[in-house]
Amino acid sequence: MIREEWLNRLFKRLTHLIIGAISLSVVSGLLMIYLILNPSLSLVGSNLQKGKDPKTTIDPDRIENGIHVRTGLVEGKGLMAVVNNCTNCHSAKLVIQNRMNREKWNSTIQWMQETQNLWDLGKNHEVIVNYLVTYYPPQSKKRREGLKEIEWYVLED
Amino acid sequence: MQDPDPFQLFGKNNEMSVLNDKPWNIEAKAHLLDDAVTPNSSMFIRNNGIIPKNIDPQNWTLTIDGESVISKKSYSLEDLKTKFKQYTYQLTIECGGNGRSEYDPPAKGNQWTIGAVHCANWTGVRLRDILEDAEIKEDAVYTGFHGIDQHLSGDPSKEPISRGCPIEKGLQDETLLAFQMNGKAIPLAHGYPLRLVAGGWPGSVSGKWVNRISVRNVVHDGAKMKGMAYRVPCKPVAPGEKVNEDDMCIIESMPVKSLITYPKSGAILKKSKTLNIRGHAWASEYEVASMAYSIDFGATWHKCLLEKPVNRLAWQHFSAKIDFPAEGYYEVWAKATDSNGLSQPMVVPGWNPKGYLNNACHRIAIKIM
Repeated sequence: MIREEWLNRLFKRLTHLIIGAISLSVVSGLLMIYLILNPSLSLVGSNLQKGKDPKTTIDPDRIENGIHVRTGLVEGKGLMAVVNNCTNCHSAKLVIQNRMNREKWNSTIQWMQETQNLWDLGKNHEVIVNYLVTYYPPQSKKRREGLKEIEWYVLED
Repeated sequence: MQDPDPFQLFGKNNEMSVLNDKPWNIEAKAHLLDDAVTPNSSMFIRNNGIIPKNIDPQNWTLTIDGESVISKKSYSLEDLKTKFKQYTYQLTIECGGNGRSEYDPPAKGNQWTIGAVHCANWTGVRLRDILEDAEIKEDAVYTGFHGIDQHLSGDPSKEPISRGCPIEKGLQDETLLAFQMNGKAIPLAHGYPLRLVAGGWPGSVSGKWVNRISVRNVVHDGAKMKGMAYRVPCKPVAPGEKVNEDDMCIIESMPVKSLITYPKSGAILKKSKTLNIRGHAWASEYEVASMAYSIDFGATWHKCLLEKPVNRLAWQHFSAKIDFPAEGYYEVWAKATDSNGLSQPMVVPGWNPKGYLNNACHRIAIKIM
C-alpha cells in the first residue's frame, strides 16, 4: 500500500513536471516568435539595456519628416550644435516649447552661462542663436487667442 | 529617474501633458482636475532639478538653522511625527508660471497652459510648532528651505531651488511640514519624505525633499529667490518692456482664478439644451466671494452656486445649470471674484518678463445641435 501511494505521488509529480516543461517551451517558443517579428523589442528592450535607446542604435541622429528623432528638434543649419550644447543639462523639450527673438535667446544663453554652468560656446554661439531664431521665433498671440484644436465629442447625460 | 514612461513612473493619468523630461515638468488638463480633492494621478509636477534617488527615511533629518535661530537643531522624521501635533489641510498649490503660454511676447520657461494647479490633502506638523521648539529670534524675517534634489549641471555646490516665504507666512496655521499626501506617504516626485507646503503661494515656495530650513534675518537669497525668478515688475510695464532686476518684486499670494472641470471642452449636446457645469475657484490668501459664467463672451454674466472652502487656502467648488437659447457654437466662460472685489480678467493680464500670474478666465467650447 505505502509503496503504491509513493508510486502514485511520484507519477503525479512527474506529470506536473512534464506539464511544466511543455508550458515553458510553449511560452519561450512564443517569445522567440515575438522576438523574430519584433527584434527591436521597444518596450522590454528599454528595461533590459538601461540608458540605451534601442531605436538610436540604428543612427542616433537620424531625421524623419524634418525632425531630429532623438530630440524632437527641427532639422536645419546648426541643429547638431544645438543638440551637442543645449541638451546636456536639460531636455530639448525645454528649447522646443520656447519662442524668442535674437535678443531673448542671447540673454537666455547668457543667463545659463552666468548662473547654470553653461560653458563658453565660442564659434557655435552664433550658429546656435541663428538656428533658434530661424526655427523657434516668437509667435504673436495678441491679448488672447481663440480656442484651438477643439476635440468635439457627444456628451451623453 | 529619466525614464521614458512618466505616466507609469509617477502614477499619472496618460492624458497629462509632458512639457519637459529633464527636469520633469508635467501638467494636467482641466477635465482631469474634476475631483474635489486632487488625486496624485492628476497632479502637475514642476521640478527645477533632478529627482533624488535612494531616500532613506530612517536616517532623514530636518535641520533648523540660520541667523535667526538661537542654536541649530535637528529632528528625525520620527521626532516630527511623534513629538508634535499633526494637522491635515486641503491646500491649493499653483505654479507661479501657470498660464505662461498665453503671454505675448512669449516668456521663457516651461509653457504651462492651465493645468499647473492642484488641491490635495496634506498631513504633517505645523512649521510654526517646529520653529517655536527650535527657538527663533525676534529679528527673523524670512524662511528658506533646502532640499536634496540635484542641480541639472550635476554641480554639487549648486542648489536647483531654495526659496522661502516671509516669517508671517511660515507661522500660519496651514503652513505644514508634510509627510503625507491624500493619506499616504508623499509620492517621490512630490517631495517624499518631507515637503514644505505653503498653500496659495507660488508652488515654488512649497519645497520638496526638504532637509533644512534656514530662519533668516534678511530676505532669503537662495537659488531662484533673486534675479527675475518668481518675480514680477513692481510697477506695470508695457508688453516686451525691459525691466531691471531691481524693479522686480517677489510674488506672494497668487491671484483669484477658476477652472471649469466639467464638461471637458468640445461637448456636443444633441437633444438637451441644458448643461450642468462645475469646477473649482481659488483666491489664495483670500476667499472667492462669487462665481459667474457667461455664454455670450461677457455680454451677460450669471451667478454660479459657490461652496465655502473646507479650510482656508483650499479651492472652492462651483456649479451652474445652463440653458442655451438656440442651437449653435458657444463658449462657456467662468469668472471668479475674490473677497477684495478683484475678478479674473477675460484677456491675458499685465505682461511680465517671466510670464507669471496669468489668471485670465478659463473657457470651454460647446455645440448645441
